[in-house]
Amino acid sequence: MLYNAVVFLPLLGSVIAGLFGRLIGDRASQIVTCVLLGVSAALAVPIFINVALHHHDVTVPLMGWIHSGDLDIRWSVRFDTLTAVMTVVVTWVSFVVHVYSIGYMAHDKSIPRFMSFLSLFTFAMMALVTADNLVQLFFGWEGVGLASYLLIGFWYDRPAACAAAIKAFVVNRIGDFGFALGIFATYVLFGSVSFQTIFAAVPAKADAVMHVFGGDWHALTVICLLLFMGAMGKSAQIGLHTWLPDAMEGPTPVSALIHAATMVTAGVFMVARMSPLFEYSSTALTVVTVIGAVTAFFAATVACVQTDIKKVIAYSTCSQLGYMFCAIGVSAYPAAIFHLFTHAFFKALLFLAAGSVIHAMSDEQDIRRMGGIWRHVKATWMLMWIGCLALAGIPPFAGHYSKDAILSSAWASHTAVGQFAFVMGVAAAFLTAFYSWRMLILVFHGKPRADEHVMAHVHESPMVMILPMLVLGLGSIFAGWLGTPDFVGAGEAAFWGKALLILPNHGALVGRTGVPAWVEMAPLVVALSGVVLAYVFYSFVPSLPGKLATVARGPYLFLVNKWYFDALYDRLFVRPAFRLGRSLWLGGDGAVIDTVGPDGVAAAARDIARRVAAWQSGYLYHYAFAMLVGVAVFVSWYVFNVR
Amino acid sequence: MQNWHLLSLTTFLPLVGALFILTIRSDDPKVVARNARAVALLTSLATFAVSLLVLSTFNPTLPGFQLRETGSWLPSLGEGIGIQYALGVDGISIWFVLLSTFLTPICILSTVGAVEKRVKEYMIAFLVLETMMVGMFVALDLVLFYVFFEGVLIPMFLIIGVWGGPRRVYAAFKFFLFTLAGSVLMLVALLAIYFQAHTTSIPLLMNYHFPAHMQTWLWLAFFASFAVKIPMWPVHTWLPDAHVEAPTAGSVILAGVLLKMGAYGFLRFSLPMLPEASIYFTPMVYVLSVIAVIYTSLVALAQTDMKKLIAYSSIAHMGFVTAGIFSLTELGVEGAIFQMLSHGVVSAALFLCVGVLYDRMHTREIARYGGLVTRMPKYALVFMIFALASVGLPGTSGFVGEFLILVGLFKVNAWVSALTATGMILGAAYMLYMYRRVVFGKLVHEDLMGILDMNARELAVFAPLVVVVLWMGLHPSTFLDPMHASVTNLINHVQLARAVPHVAPAVAH
Repeated sequence: MLYNAVVFLPLLGSVIAGLFGRLIGDRASQIVTCVLLGVSAALAVPIFINVALHHHDVTVPLMGWIHSGDLDIRWSVRFDTLTAVMTVVVTWVSFVVHVYSIGYMAHDKSIPRFMSFLSLFTFAMMALVTADNLVQLFFGWEGVGLASYLLIGFWYDRPAACAAAIKAFVVNRIGDFGFALGIFATYVLFGSVSFQTIFAAVPAKADAVMHVFGGDWHALTVICLLLFMGAMGKSAQIGLHTWLPDAMEGPTPVSALIHAATMVTAGVFMVARMSPLFEYSSTALTVVTVIGAVTAFFAATVACVQTDIKKVIAYSTCSQLGYMFCAIGVSAYPAAIFHLFTHAFFKALLFLAAGSVIHAMSDEQDIRRMGGIWRHVKATWMLMWIGCLALAGIPPFAGHYSKDAILSSAWASHTAVGQFAFVMGVAAAFLTAFYSWRMLILVFHGKPRADEHVMAHVHESPMVMILPMLVLGLGSIFAGWLGTPDFVGAGEAAFWGKALLILPNHGALVGRTGVPAWVEMAPLVVALSGVVLAYVFYSFVPSLPGKLATVARGPYLFLVNKWYFDALYDRLFVRPAFRLGRSLWLGGDGAVIDTVGPDGVAAAARDIARRVAAWQSGYLYHYAFAMLVGVAVFVSWYVFNVR
Repeated sequence: MQNWHLLSLTTFLPLVGALFILTIRSDDPKVVARNARAVALLTSLATFAVSLLVLSTFNPTLPGFQLRETGSWLPSLGEGIGIQYALGVDGISIWFVLLSTFLTPICILSTVGAVEKRVKEYMIAFLVLETMMVGMFVALDLVLFYVFFEGVLIPMFLIIGVWGGPRRVYAAFKFFLFTLAGSVLMLVALLAIYFQAHTTSIPLLMNYHFPAHMQTWLWLAFFASFAVKIPMWPVHTWLPDAHVEAPTAGSVILAGVLLKMGAYGFLRFSLPMLPEASIYFTPMVYVLSVIAVIYTSLVALAQTDMKKLIAYSSIAHMGFVTAGIFSLTELGVEGAIFQMLSHGVVSAALFLCVGVLYDRMHTREIARYGGLVTRMPKYALVFMIFALASVGLPGTSGFVGEFLILVGLFKVNAWVSALTATGMILGAAYMLYMYRRVVFGKLVHEDLMGILDMNARELAVFAPLVVVVLWMGLHPSTFLDPMHASVTNLINHVQLARAVPHVAPAVAH
């Protein structure tokens, strides 16, 4: 009951607010959804204690779903430590975001719809994390995609929001395409999609070969790479990341909940969930590490030149997700989930604080037109600082512990890609600190760059927005050192139990305690230098960034244009698809098929009919002549053939 | 309830209603219209009720035909039992019967306000159409099947040609000629079967083993007819024209039921009667299906007319179906049947959604709309549900069919599965792109400022469709379980042919 409630209460809230929102009004919709989410969040605590701390894994079967041939998929709710951790993150962040939204969306005209979508998202996310088979996970996966689509396009009268919503859905679908094929391959190999069955069968199939796509491949590698394609889409890894920055068109609470704390981490969760498979494919793990490392670095470089406050944080999210995949790639799943856990707090905090800033600045999002407002919004300012400290990995804030665990694990893996991940991760850590303080300084410090009208209106947000941020602020401060012992420390093995599998020869996480001191110190040192550099650039010598941009024009443009991914995709895929569709329609269907087919046949029939009709002239001598010809032909044929 | 003649009742009850409507006379055309509509609605509802009775009588554990009715029809022909009036349903056909009887009352209810001229004749056309559709799905004799199969064309031809849009005559003839061209070849095949096997009884023919070279030709003849009906690429071009010109209810039945006739033919004739040829031609069907999915999805992306877009999406969805059937696996075939049912409901609903707008604004140009959600929130929600079902979102009916088809295909050929799965991506692109242009955005067109949201009657039309789409998505077992026995039987039968050594009949022989 407890376990079902935590999943289905948000759905109930969504249905009530969605279908009866007009009837019961804005306030009631807010109360219903917030209360139900609050209950869910409260229930998450005993569940966490029972499942994660007391190690009582639970599976509640609900009903049958798809049954055909030997494929039998059932709905059920499954809780192990991994799920319990995700449940805490999802319900709590969602709850505070629900409350925050009361203040943030106060002047919106569609409040019930917004609350309904938020709750719908939460339900889908819970369905995702509590899945006990791949297809139910896919259900949640697509469900969060739908909620994300609806919420990005929440302000449907803005063309940019609509375009971003579709882009998010379609780009995710490209990842889902791989995910779906991965599920099919899993079923073909194991004859089941249920986690319990496939995990038990993995060791026996460790060297199995699968004949697909015209060759014989290591089956688990094929499966893992296909599944990872789905994770790349959802978790915005390089190549399939283009939707995430655009998704910032959605209201800011959405960015905090979906595009920072929860949905985008679903890819990380999924790969961690599938750790029993990934562990047996070193190729897949290598790919995961490289993609993660490159994303962490790439997104951090782009974040350094963004001018929209939300886009800076969005690219930062992308980069941090890259860190998580780095950890997964070196089999440090606990470190990845630990970073997911801490990141959820400080990144949601950063977004909500950004929302508070945007609110204060009369909907201004460009950090070039901010500055000098810290006195007027002290609470927001302080919370933003906490978020940035946590993000940059400064001790004792949360991000420090998890990022440190990831980087030292990467080093301790003693593989080439591990070293690569370490180098990229450290470089990204430097950039992270730099762009965080660039944002902090440009937004809060220095001279005001907004016009007087805006500055006159700068005001602190109401308590209903500050309190949720405070909760996340506490998480950003304490989640790291509170979580370390269980997540990645001494209690790690007992805490995770059977939720994550790490093969004995993949000891990066355990081995990280033996890394040299400089490896331990490197992330902190580079982070501090990043902070210093940001002060030099934006506080001490403010003319420097402009000069650098003119001197290094090429690299600067490369970064401003986000490594040209969008332009490239537009030219390679989007426009050709529309062009091809048009030419197939007018050319293929119209000019070829119809002209040769029905229209051509009809025209030919008309033509023949006209010619035949010409023979029926009505003149007797025409018919007599034709008859004569006929007799002549017949007689000659007879004469020649009868011999 | 064997002697209740439930299947005959389901088949001919609409015809009785049609005869009854013929007797309606009044000087006031409005009274005639109202009465005709009422009679048609009641008749079709009663037919649906009877078909539910069929379902409840049906024993899902048996693979063969049930509720069989036989009577001699042309006994003088042939040496054996001659040509019979034989009806029966199995786990495959029963769902198509229900789909037909489910959609007809919805169609009739949707015509209020949409059709004002010759209402009486319109209603008669629909009831006759229902008889033909149901008869086709329950017929157990080839000749009887052929009569119904072709009979369907006549009312549909009239519905498009009389009540259609401005280019209705072109579209009606295109529709008729395309489908008739295929059917003529099927008639030849039918004669060949009769002279070879000396029977036209479908259950008997299913166990008759045709010589390999004959299978090839028979299969191709059937294929010509079925491929046009489905329609498969490249004989699909009649469909967009037919849909655009057809009245809303005509489009609903066309997409909902008529498109399934071809695929039903594959399941009823090609696979069980000509298993070796079916195996032999599988690669060709795969190629045509994959082309259909990708080609028509891209074409759908470029459409400016809502109905044309949905018509092209239908072709893409039917591409999934044909690929699924010829995966020759249980998953693939059950997925294909489920996909057909789902598509029957979803595409029907999408055409009705277009109809709601057409009734108000008399245009289907996507560019003429935009920002409807501000004036029509209920409509926006309903349209969204069906758009998502069409995209195949898990939890809706669209997902289950697509998923099973793709899994089944992956088992036999991963390339075909992957290429077909690209339809998932393209489908999301064209559907959401259309939805955005129609429903989202700013309300800028002056004439849309006063547009009204769906009324109670329209909600009543859509409510059952929403329920079915979600039911099929969340608890598909209701629909899948009764199929198992029949489908397993079919697949085993086909796979048996694979085991026979003298496979691969070549056309060149």
